[in-house]
Amino acid sequence: MSAIEKMNDADGIAGDAPTAPIEAGGMTVPRWLQALVPIAMLVLLLVVWQAYVTIANVPHYILPSPVRIWQAFVEDHEMLLHSLVITLQTTFLALAIALVTGVALAILMAQSRWIELALFPYAVILQVTPIVAIAPLILIYTSTTNQALLICAWIVAFFPVLSNTSQGLHSTDHNLLNLFELYRASRWQTLWLLRLPNALPYFLAGLRIAGGLALIAAVVAEFAAGTPGADAGLAFRLIEAQHRLNIPRLFAALVLLSVTGVAIFAATSLLSHLLLRRWHESAVRREN
Amino acid sequence: MNTAIQSTEMPRRPDVRSGQPLVSLRGVSKVFSNGTLALKDMSLDVGRGEFVSLLGPSGCGKSTALRIIAGLGEPTSGTIEWPADAARDASGNPDREIGFVFQEPTLMPWATVAANVWLPLRLKGVSRRAANERIAETLRMVGLESFANAYPRELSGGMKMRVSIARALITEPKLLLMDEPFAALDEITRFRLNNDLLHLWEKFGWTVIFVTHSVFESVYLSERIVVMAARPGRVFRDMKVDAPYPREEEFRTSVVYNENCRRVSDTLHEAMGAHPH
Repeated sequence: MSAIEKMNDADGIAGDAPTAPIEAGGMTVPRWLQALVPIAMLVLLLVVWQAYVTIANVPHYILPSPVRIWQAFVEDHEMLLHSLVITLQTTFLALAIALVTGVALAILMAQSRWIELALFPYAVILQVTPIVAIAPLILIYTSTTNQALLICAWIVAFFPVLSNTSQGLHSTDHNLLNLFELYRASRWQTLWLLRLPNALPYFLAGLRIAGGLALIAAVVAEFAAGTPGADAGLAFRLIEAQHRLNIPRLFAALVLLSVTGVAIFAATSLLSHLLLRRWHESAVRREN
Repeated sequence: MNTAIQSTEMPRRPDVRSGQPLVSLRGVSKVFSNGTLALKDMSLDVGRGEFVSLLGPSGCGKSTALRIIAGLGEPTSGTIEWPADAARDASGNPDREIGFVFQEPTLMPWATVAANVWLPLRLKGVSRRAANERIAETLRMVGLESFANAYPRELSGGMKMRVSIARALITEPKLLLMDEPFAALDEITRFRLNNDLLHLWEKFGWTVIFVTHSVFESVYLSERIVVMAARPGRVFRDMKVDAPYPREEEFRTSVVYNENCRRVSDTLHEAMGAHPH
């Protein structure tokens, strides 16, 4: 067909942008430097810390040096890692339940305005009530501490998933909805092929928040409801170390917790990037 | 229609001018929920194979009329009539065999070009494997065969609109409804898409109802222009464009084109000055 040349319109195809260096104050920062700067900063911080503790002769029960913290970790790593696994079990199980229930409820609420009106206020109430305040009550109602911890962490992680997914399901392009109607798509087809894919970026943003919150909530719940013993979580180790004035171990537990939080955030961000990189603006590198 | 231009290799316009209209509006009115009378007593016959433009200022109900024809929203009063021999769907409603092109490309950003074009067939239960050949063929029609695996965001505005047109065409509709499809495009791209649309129409002979607010676009494309007036939205005048097809770029600068533009433009101004009694 001569009429339609294989033309690409004026601005043509955008193509995959190469890894573009970021701009910083008018200068372009090469990629290797982007990775190096935070690491150098961390090393500098540790060196200064170590030097200060050594020179000023700060006692380790006030502020342990980085080396001392490392030693504490090596010494107690079995106990600490075991506690970390306990806390992570609560975190991930609660997160998994939050994802399933959050998405399910969001879908349910998207089906009918009535259901949404009836249920959404309770989700909000659950969210805004401080978890430490509900924890004692939950402890009374559950038969094991683990269940109580799980419920606490679930309550906190559940809301961002619900509210983001709900927002995503509602913000479907009206013309696309018209198009589906025009082709007589079933409710199920519209949900599966249009509303859910459209809600994916929103859901993933919710997941990133929920991942971090689940860990925080698990730790807070352990503080509020956790019990000592062989299967105590990381929060209990923190309190225990504080009571025993074992400040290096307290620091070690704290660092472990932070690293875990960062790792969860990194993992959910990576998942989000992998799922959205082909099509969503948030994951697409901008090139001007 | 100039019969002399019927080319040899094209299976041209099989059911053109069989006398019976493809779709008829009978006294169609539409009142929005806020009380606005968007469309008042509109009657219109669109013949098979016709290229009709609905031309008018914003608020004249041209898009509303198009949506009602598409079955998106019921008219408040009046009826839409389809020929008695139209295929029926499972629930007994006329299977309207419509393709609709919106003002925006309205593509699913998470799906590739091919998957977007597949959508209408997919909703009818046709598997990707079974649809592949038709997807490729339809993309070839709009000149995008090499972009099947691209994502919408990688395409320019004109290319996205081509995908949107391909999606409307893949079901081989009898009636193509276009709601200001090229309004957001630059002039060069718009002209090119105008030409391509005309060539496809001449080749396949669907019926086209084309909504636009451009006098020049409507005269270039259509056989017939329905000029509409606003407040309330209604048909003001039904005009013929007396110029043979095929119309190519030279037509844009021809005397006939200019005369028609002036005539339609005058009518449009009249419509915009006219108030109902």
